Amino acid sequence: MPSFTPEAVRSLRAADTDLRLAALERFAAAPTPSPHEELWRYSRIAELSLDRYSPGSLTTTVNGAEAVLGTDVLDDELELDLFGDLNRAFMSAVVLRVPRGKVLDAPVVVTHTLATDGVACFPRLVIDAGEDSEITVIERFVSDDSVTGLIAPVLRVRAAQAARVTYLSVNELGSRVWQIANQQSEGMRDSTTLLSTVALGGDYARVRTHARLTGQGGSTRQVALYFADGTQTHDFRTTQEHIAPKTSSDLLFKGAVNDSSRSVYTGLIKIGPEARGTVAFQTNRNLTLSDGAWAESVPNLEIETNDVKCSHASTVGPIDEEQRFYLESRGIQPDIAERLVVLGFFDEVLAQLPVGGLAAELRERISAKLHTAVVPDKVTA
Amino acid sequence: MTTLKISGLHASVAGKTILNGIDLEVSSGQVHAVMGPNGAGKSTLSAVVMGKPGYTVSSGSVTLDGVDMLALPTWQRAQAGLHLVMQYPTEVPGVAVVDVLAEAFAARGRSTDDIRAQLSVEAARINFDETFLARSLNVDLSGGEKKRNETLQLAMLQPKIAILDELDSGLDIDALRDCSRRVEAATNEDGLGVLVITHYSRLLKELKPDVVHILVKGRIVSSGGPELVDVLERDGYAAFEGDQVDPASSALDDLFGMPSSRN
Repeated sequence: MPSFTPEAVRSLRAADTDLRLAALERFAAAPTPSPHEELWRYSRIAELSLDRYSPGSLTTTVNGAEAVLGTDVLDDELELDLFGDLNRAFMSAVVLRVPRGKVLDAPVVVTHTLATDGVACFPRLVIDAGEDSEITVIERFVSDDSVTGLIAPVLRVRAAQAARVTYLSVNELGSRVWQIANQQSEGMRDSTTLLSTVALGGDYARVRTHARLTGQGGSTRQVALYFADGTQTHDFRTTQEHIAPKTSSDLLFKGAVNDSSRSVYTGLIKIGPEARGTVAFQTNRNLTLSDGAWAESVPNLEIETNDVKCSHASTVGPIDEEQRFYLESRGIQPDIAERLVVLGFFDEVLAQLPVGGLAAELRERISAKLHTAVVPDKVTA
Repeated sequence: MTTLKISGLHASVAGKTILNGIDLEVSSGQVHAVMGPNGAGKSTLSAVVMGKPGYTVSSGSVTLDGVDMLALPTWQRAQAGLHLVMQYPTEVPGVAVVDVLAEAFAARGRSTDDIRAQLSVEAARINFDETFLARSLNVDLSGGEKKRNETLQLAMLQPKIAILDELDSGLDIDALRDCSRRVEAATNEDGLGVLVITHYSRLLKELKPDVVHILVKGRIVSSGGPELVDVLERDGYAAFEGDQVDPASSALDDLFGMPSSRN
C-alpha cells in the first residue's frame, strides 16, 4: 500500500500544499538510493523499506521560544537528498526567527518524542538568526526500544551578519528506529555557527551536515560525539564549504564503537575560488572497543584557491594500551579503567557542547554503553 | 613487614631476552637502588614486576609476602601493595588525577569522602600546584610536574613497596628534592619499601639507599652498600661490564694485566 502519495500530502491540508506536492514529485522521480553511489557509500540504505512505514507525527514540545516563533521555512535551500524532499512534502516545522540584535539568554529546547509504532516522521527545524542576534537551540530526539519508526529530520540554519547560532541535536532514540537527517547552515558576514551532535541511539542513524560560509569573516564549527553498541550504525557525512574570503571552519568528530556496531565518517572541506585567506580544520577520532566493531573514516579536501590554511586528521583504533596500563597500575579494575579512558576521550567534545545540565545524563548513557556495572562518579563534575 | 622477592627472573621483549636471572629482595622500610647503564634492563625490570603488556617471563618468580605476583593482573598487583612510579608517565586526556585516585580508593574499599582534603595536604607537601589536580593526567605538564604528580599518587595510595623508575629523569633540582623527600618520609614514617631504579647517582644523594645493585646486561653483577655509588662515580659502569665480577677483583685483574672479562 503506497503511503507517501499526493493524497496523503493533501490530507495534511497545509497552506503550502503546492510546494509539498512539488517536493513529493521530486522524491518520486529520484532514483532509489544505493550504497554504490558516493552519497550513500558505507550506509545501510539498501536495508530500508519505506513500505514498512506510513506518514505520521512525533510529539513535539518547544520550550523557551515564545519570543521568536516564526513561520517562514526558508525554501531557498540547496539541493537535499530525497529524504529532504520527502521531509518538505510531509514536514511539521518549528521556525525560530530571531529579530535583529536580540540575544536569547536561555537555550530553546525542542523535544521530539516518537511514541507510535511504524510511522515515518518529518520534523523540520528552522533557525533564522537576524543581524547581530544570538540563539542556542537544543533539539532532542527521543523514543524507547519498543517502537519502530523512521525519522527524517531537516535542520536549516541561517545566520545573518554577525549573528551567533549554537545548535545541538541529541539522538536518544530507541534501538529499532532509523534516522536519516539533513542539516544545512549558511553563515553570512562575521557570523558564528556551531552545529553539534550527540548520537547515542537509533538502529541506523545518519546525519548529513552541510555548513556554508557565504560572507567574509564568517566562521563555523561542527562537533560530534557518537557511540554505537549492539548492532547500531552511526553514519556522518559533513561538508565545510567556504565560498567567501577570510572564512574559517573547524570540525571535531569523536566516536566509539562497541560490540558489533559500526560508524562511518565521511568529511569534505570544500574551498571555492573566491575563498582567499581561509582556514579550515577537520579532525575525526574513533575508538574501537571490541573486535567485532568497525569504524571508517574518510576525509576529503577540494581546494580551488592557493591562499588557504587547511588540515585534516583521522584515527581509528583501540584504547591505548599505555593509558590502560597506567590506570590499572593504580589498582583500578580493567572495566573502570576503560570507562575512565572513554569518558576522558569524549570529554574534549562534551566541553565544547551547550549541554548544560544534560552533561551528567550523557556521561551516564555513555557509561551504560560500556556495559560496566558501576555508575560513574566524577569528582571533578 | 612486607617483602618483595624477585628470584631468577628471566624476561624478554619481542623475542629478545632482556633479563637474565634477577635476584632481589626488598622489605618494608628499606631503600634498594638498582643502577645500570642504558639497555641494562632497568625499565624492563619495573615493567615485568608490574605486569606491563608486551613482556614475556620465561622463568623465575616475583612474590609479595609469598603471593605470586606474576599470576595476577596489574590492578591486583597494585591492590596487593605494589606501586610503580613511571619514568615517562602516560598522558590520559580528559582524565584528572583526582578521578583516578577516587576510583583507585573505591577499588580498594577506601572511603573517598575526604579525598580532596587529603589531596590538598599532599599537594602542598611536595609543592604541587593544586590547579593540576583537575586537569588531564600528565597532559601539558612539565617534567617536574609529572614527577610530582607521580609522587602525589604514591603518597595518596600508600603502597607497601614502590618501584621508582628513573624518578630523576626530566626534572629540576627542586622537584627532585620535593619528590625524594616525600618518598623518604613514606619510608621512615609508613615503612614503605623502595626499589629505586636510576642511571645517575644524584637521586641517591637524596634517597640514601641501604643497598645498591649494579645491573648490567640483564643481570645483577654486584651488590653492596652505598659505597658502591662512589665506585661507580669513580670508575663508571665499565668496571662492572665483565660477566659477574666484583669490582675489587676486576681492579686487581687490571693491575696484573689480566683480561677483565671471563667465561
